[in-house]
Amino acid sequence: MKGFGKYAIWVYSAMAFVFLLIPIVYTIVFSFNDARRTNIIWRGFTFDNWLNVCEAQTVCQAFGNSVLIGVVATVMATTLGTMIAIALVRYRFRFRNTTTLLIFLPMTTPEVVLGAGLAAQFLQAGVPKGLGTIILAHTLFCLSFVVVTVRARVASLDPALEEAGRDLYGNPRQVFWRITFPMLLPGIVAAALLSFALSFDDFIITNFNRGAEVTFPSFVYTAAARGIPAEANVIASAVFFLAIILVLVSQFSAAARRRKLAKQG
Amino acid sequence: MAFTAFSSSTAVVEPVARRKSPIALFLLLPGIFYLILFFVTPLISLVITSLQEPDPVIFGQFQNAFNWQNYVVVLETYWQQAIRSAGYAALATLFALLIGFPLAYFIGITLRPYPLLQALALVLVIAPFFISFLLRTLAWKQIFSTEGPVSGILSSLGVLGPGEAITGTAFSVIFGLTYNFIPFMTLPIYATLERFDLRLIEAGNDLYGSPATTFRTVTLPLSAAGVMSGTLLTFIPAAGDYINASREFLGSADTTMIGNVIETNFLVLQNFPAAAALSLVLMAFILILVSLYVKRSGTEELL
Repeated sequence: MKGFGKYAIWVYSAMAFVFLLIPIVYTIVFSFNDARRTNIIWRGFTFDNWLNVCEAQTVCQAFGNSVLIGVVATVMATTLGTMIAIALVRYRFRFRNTTTLLIFLPMTTPEVVLGAGLAAQFLQAGVPKGLGTIILAHTLFCLSFVVVTVRARVASLDPALEEAGRDLYGNPRQVFWRITFPMLLPGIVAAALLSFALSFDDFIITNFNRGAEVTFPSFVYTAAARGIPAEANVIASAVFFLAIILVLVSQFSAAARRRKLAKQG
Repeated sequence: MAFTAFSSSTAVVEPVARRKSPIALFLLLPGIFYLILFFVTPLISLVITSLQEPDPVIFGQFQNAFNWQNYVVVLETYWQQAIRSAGYAALATLFALLIGFPLAYFIGITLRPYPLLQALALVLVIAPFFISFLLRTLAWKQIFSTEGPVSGILSSLGVLGPGEAITGTAFSVIFGLTYNFIPFMTLPIYATLERFDLRLIEAGNDLYGSPATTFRTVTLPLSAAGVMSGTLLTFIPAAGDYINASREFLGSADTTMIGNVIETNFLVLQNFPAAAALSLVLMAFILILVSLYVKRSGTEELL
């Protein structure tokens, strides 16, 4: 019975992994489709889509917009979020629970509500929708995720290290930039990558606040009705490979480090 | 990477001596100000908008009022879509749990002796995040399309009658929602199981508990926190999603969810009060769910 159970969970999980990967493989395969107008039926293998990605001008422009929005929103959200995370773990202040709630609530608010709320506010304030409003919206929903991610890192930091820095006559600024910040950096980088990924793939909130601007997801949404050009598959696949390589490298180097530590310890 | 956010959702914060300092204010104020400006005031804008009435002079314009009838009207008009959203989201959450829990157990416990395999498995779970949400959903649409392989097999088996399609049905929408939110379910459960002390299972076995009993009385209660956050992380976005249910993707006019209604009213019909009222109804519904959860576990544990 026990042996069977062990076997069953391997098979079940393998099936789940295959299930998770099907649309990814599909998207990548169809980036090589010799599609003329619509990219729905397989018409033969070609590298053309990869070589002439920007032929369908709008795809690349949409991609560029998404990268720009992602970078600016990530910088803003990571800066504000890291500051909040440090304050939450390290300092006592009034309205602590209210602050925690204020950070937690945007994560539990459905995207469509966040999007409609921001759009209603921009409408009432007479702010024209465009790249600026998209960036403001993205910074908002990335902010909470940054706080949560960095906060875990601050909490796991050994305060004794900073004490040692102070004992060695480091002033607060030196202690922060030479000890605290470098130790927080992996958490901050993880938070920044997460917020870029969230921003890059966001459609719902963007759609309410984009005006006439086109991001990569909104390009896909609009094109969906008449068939996505294969160039969109190319961009998505390229982003996928890049992200996977990044994650694999970080995962395996972390695992290797753990193994090395275990050997030494 | 991406899953650090989820794994930290159940992290226990170690007690650090907290000081009072003006630095705290300097660190907090910009972010808090941002949250008030772009989260709190938009909610207030929604409340104001939801109570507006049509301008008597200019057609298509609205003026501030206290027209609470808007709520009655939207609930009367769209109660079906509201119930459908809750139902679809609940079913998708259930299916995601049925797939996600064993998967999390496999990665967190079965694979524990093999750190490299464990790392690889985690990457596979978050891999869908790295390919556009819309393209993933579209891939399913095309796999399920009448020219696709699945329809062919089902038609020849007689499951699918002539002229019937898989896409545009409740099945395909729930399928898409389930698929898209499996990682949101799996990762928090993995985060709790990863820290799970395997000796507890041994103890259960030593005390003559069958594997099933040990699972039910030891493993399951100890992973409850992960299951709860996974459920919320799946249910909330699923209830508000309008991509899967949209007719360009996996849905049709018969599968419209509340997200679609809000989108159409806001962006197409420009009936802002109706869209705002529906958004607030959805928000209230979610807040009730979350507050029940917070009551059980406390915000500290969630964040």
